[in-house]
Amino acid sequence: MEDVVLMEIIERYLNGAMLPEEKAYFEQLRKNTPEIDQMVVEHKLFLQQMDVYAEHTGLKHSLHEVHNSLLMKGEIYEGGEISARGKVIQLYHRYKKVIAIAASIAGITALVISGLISYFSPSVNNNQLQQLSGDVAILKNEIKRAQKSSTAVETAAPAPTVLSTGTAFLIDGKGYLVTNAHVLKGSGAIVVNNRGQEFDAKIVHIDQEKDLAVLKINDDDYKPVNSLPYGIKKSNVQLGEELYTLGYPRDEIVYNLGYLSAESGFNGDTASCQISISANRGNSGGPVFNKNGEIVGILSTRQMAADGVVFAVKAKGIYHLVDELKKNDTSFQKIKIPSSSSVKGLNRVDQIKEVEDYIFLVKAYNE
Amino acid sequence: MASFWVTFIVVLVLKTAKVKSDTNEQVLLRGLVNNDSKAIETIYKDNFNMIQAFILNNNGTYDDARDIFQEAVITLYEKAKSESFVLTSQIKTYIYSVCRRLWLKRLQQMGRYISAPDGIEETVPVEEDMEIHEKRNADFMIMDRAMNSLGEPCKSLLEAYYIQRKGMTEISVEFGYTNADNAKNQKYKCLMRLKKLFFTQYNIGE
Repeated sequence: MEDVVLMEIIERYLNGAMLPEEKAYFEQLRKNTPEIDQMVVEHKLFLQQMDVYAEHTGLKHSLHEVHNSLLMKGEIYEGGEISARGKVIQLYHRYKKVIAIAASIAGITALVISGLISYFSPSVNNNQLQQLSGDVAILKNEIKRAQKSSTAVETAAPAPTVLSTGTAFLIDGKGYLVTNAHVLKGSGAIVVNNRGQEFDAKIVHIDQEKDLAVLKINDDDYKPVNSLPYGIKKSNVQLGEELYTLGYPRDEIVYNLGYLSAESGFNGDTASCQISISANRGNSGGPVFNKNGEIVGILSTRQMAADGVVFAVKAKGIYHLVDELKKNDTSFQKIKIPSSSSVKGLNRVDQIKEVEDYIFLVKAYNE
Repeated sequence: MASFWVTFIVVLVLKTAKVKSDTNEQVLLRGLVNNDSKAIETIYKDNFNMIQAFILNNNGTYDDARDIFQEAVITLYEKAKSESFVLTSQIKTYIYSVCRRLWLKRLQQMGRYISAPDGIEETVPVEEDMEIHEKRNADFMIMDRAMNSLGEPCKSLLEAYYIQRKGMTEISVEFGYTNADNAKNQKYKCLMRLKKLFFTQYNIGE
């Protein structure tokens, strides 16, 4: 321990870090103690060597660094391969400024061009948009035609007279159903419930403009229901609200989940809305439920060009349709559309169990 | 080939002798003494290619050229640092002279002595400086060997204190000692070992 302290003192002495009195005292001690004197001399020599060592190490390090950096810059060469790589770097160093100027000119040019494009683009874009919408409209017609022919082929074997299928749901327990107008291709229809029971139905009213239609079950087997579990909602759905649908893309009832993706329908049609959901032929006319089990729309068309873009007629349209009906014919005064849902608090599975009995498969045929 | 580089060297030497002013050289040497990387880079750029050409043309490799040149710069550094320093020649001439001596000596050691053409290119007597340098170099090697046989963490500890000149507190933090006193104790033990290793070799050398 003492040696440690002594060494520290010697180092401080040799580094000149001592105060004058301390130094004088230590020099006195050196004179009187030959061992300490010897230690100081030896350590001084050692420290000098250490300094030289430190300097040389530092210098060697700097030399290496300079050597490597010059190699990188291509100022010096060490053999073919390295010089080839060095040349590229050398060229870079030489033309750095030129490259910078060229890059900035290119940047400015790009900015000017993009500026010009964005200045002239609105009108051009509009044209394209209109053209595009025209295309989609044509597409829609083609889809409709394809739908017609394919369903005709599909159903040709079991019942040759069936022209199209779709989905319908009760709006009044007495047997009034709502579906899409485009579902009803023929002059008559039969509706099938989810247990496979078939009922004769009569087309009461078709509104091609709204793409809505009303059917009335005219069958002795049908037992009128007092109240429906779901209500039909007049107000609009909020963007992003979760929605689900039940329908008959096949003979069995199929459930699908989605959300409201736009408040208006195709081409800004405010009578309908856009839903992101998976839907197929046969889903047409199917009810769209919100999470409370209220019907908010009737699934009608989908956009072929985009995935999962489906349009639904807003449920408000049902009220308009029925009002129109009542105006024209007093025999429909008794139709009462349910406005409140009794399945509100239930979970999804139980909601479906309650409502699925009132959703029918529609088969339109020619008498 | 030989005649080519001879003329090459002559042209270079004559050209630079005219262009370079003495004050410029003094600035460079001061920079070298202060370990200024800009000065080192300039000296390197101005002289290395000439030395490399010399070494390569005399049975040397790229690595030899680098070693010899760097050793010459160290010699120049030592000379510039000494109090009685007077540079009587151009830096280029001095470096060339040292490199030439060093390389001929190394060729001799390898038993592949080739009489390098002398005469046309300018050289200055550097024998005295070379002797000092050799002594310094030997001392350096002793210290280097001693340092390297110390092992870790002694080596790094002493390097941190004596070369990087860090404080004991900083060192204790860096090496993970609980306090500066413990680091000091460890440093003392390492120092004693290093001194023992160093002086055994050093005294034999004497």
